Amino acid sequence: MAYPYRDDRETTTILSRHMGEPEARSLSGWLERGGYEALRKAVQMEPDEITDVVKDSGLRGRGGAGFPTGMKWSFMPSEPSGPHYLCANADESEPGAFKDREIMRWTPHLLIEGCLIAARAIRASHVYLYVRGEFFPVIRILNQAVVEAYEAGYLGESVCGTGWSCDLTVHIGAGAYIAGEETGLMSSLMGGRAEPWMKPPFPAQRGVFGAPTTVNNVETLASVPGIVMNGSAWYRQWGSEKSPGTKLWCCSGNLTKPGNYELELGFPLGEIIHDVCGGPPEGRKVKAVLPGGSSTAFLTADELDCVTTYEGLLEAGSALGTASPIVLDETAEIVPAMRRIAQFYAHESCGQCVQCREGTAWITKILRRIEEGDGEPRDLDTLYDLCDQLTGRTICVLADSVVFPLRSSLDKFRHEYEALMRRGASVPT
Amino acid sequence: MTEGNDLINLTIDGIEIGVEPGTYVIDAAERTGVLIPRYCYHPGIPSRPAQCRVCLVKIEGQPKLQPSCKMTAQEGMVVHTASEEAEDARKAVIELLLVNHPLDCPICDAAGQCMLQDYALETEQLRSRLHEEKLVQGRDRIADDILYFADRCIICTRCVRFMSEVAGDEALIVAQRGHRSVIDTFPGRDLDHPFQGNIVDICPVGALVHEDFLFKARLWDLDQAASICPGCSTGCNVTIDVKENQIVRLKPRHNPEVNSYWMCDHGRKHLVMSNRGERAEVPLIRRDGRLGAADWSDALAWVADHLLEVTGGDAVVSPEAANESLFFLRELLDRLGIGGGSFRVPTGEEVTLAGFPKLALRAERAPNAAGAELFGFARTDDPAPSPAGAGLIVLEDPLSDHEPEWGEDVGFFLYVGGRLSSAARNAHAVLPVTGFAEMQGSFTNFEGRVQRFDQALQPPGLARPAWMILSRLIAELDARRDGETAIETPLEARQAFSAMAVATPELAGLDWDSIGPKGARLAAAGEAVSADVT
Repeated sequence: MAYPYRDDRETTTILSRHMGEPEARSLSGWLERGGYEALRKAVQMEPDEITDVVKDSGLRGRGGAGFPTGMKWSFMPSEPSGPHYLCANADESEPGAFKDREIMRWTPHLLIEGCLIAARAIRASHVYLYVRGEFFPVIRILNQAVVEAYEAGYLGESVCGTGWSCDLTVHIGAGAYIAGEETGLMSSLMGGRAEPWMKPPFPAQRGVFGAPTTVNNVETLASVPGIVMNGSAWYRQWGSEKSPGTKLWCCSGNLTKPGNYELELGFPLGEIIHDVCGGPPEGRKVKAVLPGGSSTAFLTADELDCVTTYEGLLEAGSALGTASPIVLDETAEIVPAMRRIAQFYAHESCGQCVQCREGTAWITKILRRIEEGDGEPRDLDTLYDLCDQLTGRTICVLADSVVFPLRSSLDKFRHEYEALMRRGASVPT
Repeated sequence: MTEGNDLINLTIDGIEIGVEPGTYVIDAAERTGVLIPRYCYHPGIPSRPAQCRVCLVKIEGQPKLQPSCKMTAQEGMVVHTASEEAEDARKAVIELLLVNHPLDCPICDAAGQCMLQDYALETEQLRSRLHEEKLVQGRDRIADDILYFADRCIICTRCVRFMSEVAGDEALIVAQRGHRSVIDTFPGRDLDHPFQGNIVDICPVGALVHEDFLFKARLWDLDQAASICPGCSTGCNVTIDVKENQIVRLKPRHNPEVNSYWMCDHGRKHLVMSNRGERAEVPLIRRDGRLGAADWSDALAWVADHLLEVTGGDAVVSPEAANESLFFLRELLDRLGIGGGSFRVPTGEEVTLAGFPKLALRAERAPNAAGAELFGFARTDDPAPSPAGAGLIVLEDPLSDHEPEWGEDVGFFLYVGGRLSSAARNAHAVLPVTGFAEMQGSFTNFEGRVQRFDQALQPPGLARPAWMILSRLIAELDARRDGETAIETPLEARQAFSAMAVATPELAGLDWDSIGPKGARLAAAGEAVSADVT
């Protein structure tokens, strides 16, 4: 399945099979669909066995960075000296990303099941599901599912009657993109401002409430039950050696059929846009694509002949990110689009690091000035320089995130910037 | 590199240095003489958010620049604080900080002592690349006596973290986010803490200013003296800032043994306020029932003549008098057969600084009660004890709570002080002395730490330090009695101190230089005196 446009290819079964089926939301509906079988299997496994299966599967973090999930779990102490925590990162806020929302909206129990299995693997007995505050319907659905899971004994003092206990708290965020950064999420969860902290300490050393913590993305966790149920070899039948499995692609922008599609990793980008999503509206051509969401580099229409693995998109000069392609066709202008993106990051900067706090806002102002026809060629030099200053010099990568689209827009669409400047110069003063 | 010790050896800008494990690179660099720029880092605040990014340095083997405030020294680490990349990053941080900064230096309290000015100067950047309008956030009253200029603020969060981590009061927060971030009080809370003034001191720019200092002075016009706060018996090390012979403010001076980087607000206000009022400026002696001016030699001779007649009596001293003054008074009293003597200490509520509990605004609101006790004076709760005996000498107690006729009946009443209350005017002679800020001397704090203070103000008229006057009075008296004197008549505090130290067992071994700017503990019984080497 896919949502809202049906897509019946065989690979689209793990994460999205029940999207569009309201019945799957309830526990009974979920059980009818084979729900919690993976959990029943996992509670009979040793934590390290679960971690090994996930490690072997090659599952990589779906939140954007693509860090191998099994390896992340293995960083957790194997002999706990206190509580461990799992944080499910459901603060999906990347412009263009709406995949986690759909997983939670249609199959909340899939996420709960994934959380429980992951919690067992990392020896956590409490899961915090940090959900974006604006996801009102999703929060209701999640809360309902959590209540059902407790009542049925999947959550609580004796998970599946095994005596192993695990609690889950749905924590509602207060509306900050930066709370989706793992240390920012933990700061927020602990009652502070969603301000990232410098690593080390890494979350597995000292995370939320000072305890070893793993933070996993919703889609990552939702991929776990299938892997545990069917094994790593099964999962590896899709994707590449370095990017195995399937991936939700939430496609937006100038497309005929925007939406979520679950595809094998490595699926050609051009085909996602033109075949799966039906391409831009009739008679228009693609101008540019942000393949992994707003914090990845622009690809031009000529650069879409690449494969959608983590490594493939890096090779193409962009990144897989959250697999949220935003497609701009020839009716779209790059500079206003870029300004809007920069404005988002300026608005969402937590404000700790000077480069990010002041730089994102200044970039936005410069872009707006260019957009309004008051740009000068030297502005492009300043923008390039700010790209350098905002790369790799801050606590977290929010500043880097605005640089990827900005620098690529300057490199690849310089003519659009320059055209606006000429237009400005021609205005009588 | 095994020296038989546990030092970590690293190289900073080509200089090899060994530091204790756990030392941060920014501090290690300071020991090699390299002061890495810093805003958010403050050695007195525990947290190191590494958020201002101005202390980024190149560490060999690390792909990215690293904040030197957050990196601990590692064996063999090679650090370049001024590599091209680090300089480039630092310059950019300054440029970015100035994007929304109002550049209102001409009217900024911090001008001249501003870390943004200083680092901006170092970037040698002549032209701004900014062509956009600045964000204007305005200013705000953040406490009764503190104003917040949001546009000058660089969001280093020192103030927020001082309040939460050192004062133990989460009164301040960063409100809003990104480039709209401002410092504010927690919703529904006021900033009202006895140590809150420190946020003004640690503000690296002119964002937080004391209202009573606003527009008062250019910092380069201020004279400064290293001193001791007289507000309570803690004896916080302070700098007295003076403009045109008026104290305009006190700032804490670092002393890890006493007050760290901090002081309380009571102390800040106490001296500025107590520095006002009418002063005795010339010696006065009573002739034909009236006090009249005299020069010093006549006055001392006249007083010495009259003291020849005195045997027995009483003394009242102030716990704000210096050790040296109290010492010479005791010497004089011994010669007059006057034992004892008393002092009163004003008291108030004790308030401890949570994050540095050694520092408290102590209940005892005077700087030298321990010194008065050391020289044999006794505490009294009696606000105006009736003088007993033929003679009465008052040292620096202003007698402000006393009845106007207090001391009238005494055979000979000598007032050695700076203020002329009604009771003081009953004296047969008034010898005008300097206030503590107008002289050098030392105090003994609540735990027996002897600390020096320097002269901050020019004394009024002919006022002189009490130790100088009393030592000369003794010499006059001795000359009249024996024809010679064993007493030194010091011209400088260091001489007065050594005369005192020689004659006082608890001070044995101490001298003006050895106690240094940070003070030294008195010897307890059977214990050697030790000067803390810092």
